[in-house]
Amino acid sequence: MNILIAILFLGLLGAIFGALLGYASVRFHVEGDPIVEQLDALLPQTQCGQCGYPGCKPYAKALADGEAINKCAPGGEDTIKKIADLLGVDVQPLDETHEVDNAPTVAFIIEEDCIGCTKCIQACPVDAILGAAKQMHTIIIDECTGCDLCVAPCPVDCIEMRPIPQTIQNWQWDLSKIAVKQID
Amino acid sequence: MESIIECITQNKFWQFHGGIHPPEQKALTSGKPIKLLPLPKQLILPLQQHIGRQGDLLVKVGDKVLKGQALTQSFNPMAVPVHAPTSGTISAIKKSPIAHPSGLSELCLFIEVDFEDTWIKREICQDYRQLSNQEIINKIADAGIAGMGGAGFPTHIKVSTTPDINFLIINAAECEPYITADDLLMCEQSEAIIDGIKILDKLLKPAFILIGIENNKPQAIKALQQATSAIEKVKVCVLPTKYPTGGEKQLIKMLTGKEVKSGSLPIHSGIVVQNVATCFAISDAVINDIPLIKRVVTLTGQALSKPQNVWALLGTPVHHLLEHTGFIRENEDVTQANASVTNPPVIMGGPLMGFSILNELVPVVKTSNCILAPSKAEMPSAFDNNANEVECIRCGQCSDVCPSQLLPQELQWSAKAKDHQQLAKLNLFDCIDCGACAYVCPSQIPLVQYYRIAKAEIRQQQQLDVKAEKAKIRFEARKLRLEKEKIAREEKHKKAAAARKAVMNKKSADGSSASSAVAAALARVKAKKAANAKPEQTNENQQKTQAKPLENNDNVQETASDVQDEKSQVKAAIARAKAKRLAKKTQSETNKAAEESSAPVKTEGSTLDTEKVPTEEPAIETDEKTAPAIEKPITNKLEKEPALVQSPDDKKAKIAAAVAKAKEKAKARKSKSLAEENSSPADNEKIKPAVDSEDSKKQDDKKAKIAAAVAKAKAKAKAKAQQNLAKKKEQQQDSPKPSNEE
Amino acid sequence: MAFWIASSPHNHNQAETSALMRLVIYALLPGILAQWYFFGWGNIIHITLAVATAMACEFIVLSLRSKKQIRKQLFDGSAILSAVLLGICIPAIAPWWISVIGAAFAIVIVKQLYGGLGHNPFNPAMAAYVMLLISFPIQMTSWLPPTALMNIGLDFSNTLMTIFTGFTAEGYSVEQLRTSIDGFTMATPLDTLKTDLGLGHTVYETTQNSIFTNSYDFSLGLAYGWEWINLTFLAGGLLLIAKRAIAWHTPISFLLSLFVCSFIAYSVSPDSSASTMFHWLTGGCMLGAFFILTDPVTGATSIKGRLIIGAIAGLLVYLIRTFGGYPDGVAFAVLLCNMAAPLVDQYTRPRTYGHGNTVAKPAPSSESVNKQTETKQ
Repeated sequence: MNILIAILFLGLLGAIFGALLGYASVRFHVEGDPIVEQLDALLPQTQCGQCGYPGCKPYAKALADGEAINKCAPGGEDTIKKIADLLGVDVQPLDETHEVDNAPTVAFIIEEDCIGCTKCIQACPVDAILGAAKQMHTIIIDECTGCDLCVAPCPVDCIEMRPIPQTIQNWQWDLSKIAVKQID
Repeated sequence: MESIIECITQNKFWQFHGGIHPPEQKALTSGKPIKLLPLPKQLILPLQQHIGRQGDLLVKVGDKVLKGQALTQSFNPMAVPVHAPTSGTISAIKKSPIAHPSGLSELCLFIEVDFEDTWIKREICQDYRQLSNQEIINKIADAGIAGMGGAGFPTHIKVSTTPDINFLIINAAECEPYITADDLLMCEQSEAIIDGIKILDKLLKPAFILIGIENNKPQAIKALQQATSAIEKVKVCVLPTKYPTGGEKQLIKMLTGKEVKSGSLPIHSGIVVQNVATCFAISDAVINDIPLIKRVVTLTGQALSKPQNVWALLGTPVHHLLEHTGFIRENEDVTQANASVTNPPVIMGGPLMGFSILNELVPVVKTSNCILAPSKAEMPSAFDNNANEVECIRCGQCSDVCPSQLLPQELQWSAKAKDHQQLAKLNLFDCIDCGACAYVCPSQIPLVQYYRIAKAEIRQQQQLDVKAEKAKIRFEARKLRLEKEKIAREEKHKKAAAARKAVMNKKSADGSSASSAVAAALARVKAKKAANAKPEQTNENQQKTQAKPLENNDNVQETASDVQDEKSQVKAAIARAKAKRLAKKTQSETNKAAEESSAPVKTEGSTLDTEKVPTEEPAIETDEKTAPAIEKPITNKLEKEPALVQSPDDKKAKIAAAVAKAKEKAKARKSKSLAEENSSPADNEKIKPAVDSEDSKKQDDKKAKIAAAVAKAKAKAKAKAQQNLAKKKEQQQDSPKPSNEE
Repeated sequence: MAFWIASSPHNHNQAETSALMRLVIYALLPGILAQWYFFGWGNIIHITLAVATAMACEFIVLSLRSKKQIRKQLFDGSAILSAVLLGICIPAIAPWWISVIGAAFAIVIVKQLYGGLGHNPFNPAMAAYVMLLISFPIQMTSWLPPTALMNIGLDFSNTLMTIFTGFTAEGYSVEQLRTSIDGFTMATPLDTLKTDLGLGHTVYETTQNSIFTNSYDFSLGLAYGWEWINLTFLAGGLLLIAKRAIAWHTPISFLLSLFVCSFIAYSVSPDSSASTMFHWLTGGCMLGAFFILTDPVTGATSIKGRLIIGAIAGLLVYLIRTFGGYPDGVAFAVLLCNMAAPLVDQYTRPRTYGHGNTVAKPAPSSESVNKQTETKQ
């Protein structure tokens, strides 16, 4: 009998507090920063579509809905780690189908070969290609994200992805990579 | 401020935190006068020798230049010009390793020296006090003066500030071991330096001028005190020797007790700091009209048999300097065999903040105050490349000596972990790279190197973030634009359709055009269908299901009733009508297409019209729908179906081929008219005949490329078709099942 | 000709971690000699055992972790130092496996499992000591009386036999060995004091015990033998400070804190509280102050942090000695301070140049004094 009373009492207490908590969670609900925005901020914004989505934002949305976190090739391991941190899931290695060398590159149009078909302009997700029909096109290097979406559509294969050259400004203090060479 | 001066007059100074006392080794060179070296054969002048931007070239290869002639100019305030240090000829303008820790190559001017040393016309200023401030600033800017202490900040910007200046601090501390360049300059050129200080005084009007000098240079102190004894404003402050007293922030703290707020410049606290060597350059530029073309460089270290200070022309390659001071190449014979291991380091700058240079062609620039060639016994850690690094034991000696009061050990962990947030929290960017922490570290961790890498990474990350933000904005904007365009297009289509409808209505009223006939046919068909529908419904349910989805009429053959015949007739009629309309549509579409291929497509299209050739995807679909209906006796459905599907693709491919052929022909004609040679197609494709003239080569190239492009397009189309085919096959295989089950 | 590329700074003061460790070990030698003089060969045997075990463990773990330069890491002195410290703390005739287990625990679990040198949050020697004390309380409290007070003489071979078999060649057991001349079973002075105070004796009465009253009495109630050992450790510690191998902040703050605590208690109730000198010169006080609390890996790094850690340790040692269940509290205090060190470091970060209050005080310190005097005049 005592046990029954105790169980009932505790059950009642539980119910009351549960109701209180439930009420509080509705009443004092705090609108958090939407997860999609946070995820989008982590993605590299190359808009390359290598993840299978037409841009970074759509992939961020898919991530929020439970898409695999290892599909962002340009972001590489770092981005995967950050996404994993944010979503509280395990870090996964980069999807094997996306195993690419993600050294930063920019597109370069070999201008004498360009026939002015505007196909690359239509493919560029960030409008970084300048040109008009039957006019030579060129890349706005500062805007190019290196997504290489323009390479495939080019009918004359005049676009190539070139690594960003190393200058004093972007040098990363890698002393071990300085080629010590004999000149004389 | 008065109290500060009071303290200074009593020789009492503030302290900055930490600091170290490495062996000074200044005696190697401090006793000898500054030597004038013979001219080198060649000078290598990097276009950019300072912080900021490089100027635009004024000369080209082959030009004769005179001593003091400006070689670059720029209207950007952050750019300072470069001058020819002696007369000669510009032999090349190309990339060459520059005086930078990265050893990267940048654009340099190569001057072949003519040994005549002819000056360009100069205007010696008799009395600079007559000049206006702006004139002086222009002179400083035109002389290409940038801070000569190490950072190389353009001087004319530093001296053309408007806010009130309380203190002008002249940095004569020269706290790095080995270096005596400023020391000797002060001993030998104290008058000129004082002139420079006076010019700065005129420009900045500071309340006080403090010369900060370490007490290990007694002669220089004496010389300065003598030269400044008449000037009330100038105080020579003799500071205890400690590294890094010569750091700008540390010197300010020592002399005034003030700290420069993190992220701001001394000027915001009313303080300007100038190096003594810069003062000398200013006086030379303003009074003698000599641009910055030479500087004192300390050549020291035990690998030199005759260490000494020299007047080096900017652009002098290091080998010239080393040869004249007796550089001892250790293990000369081994050097050839195993170059990368036994080569000694040659350091530009002091042992603590200098950097090792790539090779002997690296030139002296405006900021190079020392070339240090240590022997292995003297500086073993310069030879071992951080091989002795062991784990940090948190002994805290690094934070004890840090002049910025950072926590080097914690920074090191965060730098290794690439925790950029934590690094920012630990004020990584207040690190001045002085190297005191790494100097004392018992675990021999190259701390500064870790910080530099981390700083570079953070900077790059910031740039990437900015770029990503920009890309995002552009992507969103593009999406919006495409959306808008789509809507606009739909609107247009709708309008066009409405217009067509209106015209059609009008025409059908007249009853004279093909379209009206189609409409009539449709109407007829509909009526018939309606009439047939009723008995069908009552009699056989199965047939209704067949009739509706036209694509799924695989099981038509199963039912061979009268109704079927009738129906197929109806279908044929519809199909005919549809096909006609389609042909028209494709024609109009091809008309619209503005591409180069439009003409051939049109002609081909018209000839193929009767065959109902689709050119676009939707067309294939309609064709599919109509095909089975047209083929009245549908007996061997399973066999025929794939063939039917394939046929449009074949046609498409044919068209593509035709287009290509036409194009090629046109191109070929063009190229033929331009150049007559008949190279084989294989040549066109891959091997470019070397003898070809440039023009024809290009043409051929283009032709080949276009051919390749067309081929590519063909392949793509085929692939697409194949895909469609596969899909359809799947559909067909799937579709019979449910209907059978029914 | 291409030149050798290296990162700045190119110069180095040529200090090395291993040299630092060696210096600390040398500074321990006088204390070890004193221990040998008063308590016989036991500790030296234990130190040897512990060092051998520690080196073996270090080698095995480093090999398992497939580290490079194992030889260099093995002889960087850190493992040896931990083992020596542990050997010093173990009772002289404790069985051999005590030091073996202790050293293995110190190296494998406390040091290497946390990532090796520089990554261990706890002082290996002290963590191992505490583990042993809790796990094997009898063996770890079987202290010998100083040799001068011993009933049965104990030479090197007998000590060795006792450590390995539990009996001397003559067949005396550890228990019999521990009985001093006057028939009492021996304990450390701290232990004796604690027990006696618990029995209601006054401090004065307790100090009449033979371990206190024998020859070298400073008439301050000091314990025979222990004061010399502590004084030699103090000397070694001062040497380290002079050589700048350790910072003075932690030991000074620790000793002051302990002094203040015991002084307050002693002045309030001299009958039930030991004197300040007794606290300073018994147990592991000096060893802890100069050799264990100053362990850079597990201590605080900032100057303020070091002062705070020292003060906390002093307070804890006093509290544990007076109110705790164990007679000496240095080991426990050290472990507790190790735990607190990261937090203390976090809150005692120095102000970076150019942050916070960037305008310095009106004048330099020496100057301000002058000025004040001037204005007064």
